[in-house]
Amino acid sequence: MMSMKKDGPSAETEESRMETRVIVVTSGKGGVGKTTVTANLSARLAMEGFKVVAMDADIGLRNLDVVMGLENRIVYNMVDVIEGTCKLPQALVRDKRVENLFLLPAAQTRTKDAVTSDEMKGLCDSLRGEYDFVLVDSPAGIESGFRNASAGADEALVVATPEVSSVRDADRIIGLLESFGKRSINLIVNRVRPDMVRKGKMLGVSDVREILAVDMIGIIPEDETVVVSTNRGEPLALSNTSPASRAFEKIAGRILGRDIPLQDLDDLEEKGLFANFIKLFGRREGRG
Amino acid sequence: MGFLDRFFRKETPRQSARERLQLVLIHDRADISPDTMERIRKDLIKVINNYMVINEEGIEMDLERDGRSVALVASIPVIEVKRKHPRKRDK
Repeated sequence: MMSMKKDGPSAETEESRMETRVIVVTSGKGGVGKTTVTANLSARLAMEGFKVVAMDADIGLRNLDVVMGLENRIVYNMVDVIEGTCKLPQALVRDKRVENLFLLPAAQTRTKDAVTSDEMKGLCDSLRGEYDFVLVDSPAGIESGFRNASAGADEALVVATPEVSSVRDADRIIGLLESFGKRSINLIVNRVRPDMVRKGKMLGVSDVREILAVDMIGIIPEDETVVVSTNRGEPLALSNTSPASRAFEKIAGRILGRDIPLQDLDDLEEKGLFANFIKLFGRREGRG
Repeated sequence: MGFLDRFFRKETPRQSARERLQLVLIHDRADISPDTMERIRKDLIKVINNYMVINEEGIEMDLERDGRSVALVASIPVIEVKRKHPRKRDK
């Protein structure tokens, strides 16, 4: 057991948790940002000094490697570990840009049937004690891939965009996660466009939260720097201070148990200018 | 519906999305066909008939949504409580 913390301003105030937290990142619907969220939260948590494994559970359609920019350094993958072709540490790709960040890649030339739920659970369990966080990037859908990805996790982050189809799928996923007995299920609303919400053209964060009736842990605004960072294979969290990057920083903080109020996007939706003003203030304070 | 409605007289796309989602989720979450509901009703009547005389016509059964959970709410008018409860036969 270890808590690899750097000497940071907030290092001592953090909870003295020693247990490994295995968190599945899931959504039901594809293309809503699971992989981006997994990559950035993993990077962010590693920057906080924690030892993190980002695990790609999308066997046959792996993508976490390219989003993290580690695709050229893969030797072994998760299925090799499960089948005993290599040892677990051999399959972990160490990120050279941040200390303590590792990728466990999925197999690309296999199918989801290559692993069972029990094997995935075993894999997660073998990372326990050694790392502070394991973030599992789940495949889309509600079939075996999703079930396997969830099998070893204690907690879940559900990613949804403010669209009818995404929210509907998220609701189904939340129901399933509840039936699996996950002790903590938190919602991330991604690709929010406050301008459209304000004009009544799009679902707001408050709508999504009310409809899904689950705890919310973060709001990520639509931000073109996400596309740029994915193209470059550099997680935003590592370098950037764009709105999405700040959102990831806050979500990581909340995962660590820090009391960070949810972004003001809700206020922005309802109150417009006034909230903008408050937002400006809040940010200054936060940085100072 | 929330207070938003008071601000918008005409239904915005945002409101349409909300309302359509809320409707579709009631069905998704319940996932019970009318046929199943009818079978539940008949079974309920059968069980309760062992203990009470009930007004079968007056039974009201519905699925209600509360937050993330769906409840099966039944109102069954009782005409008379039977005195002797049936014994378990297998003992």
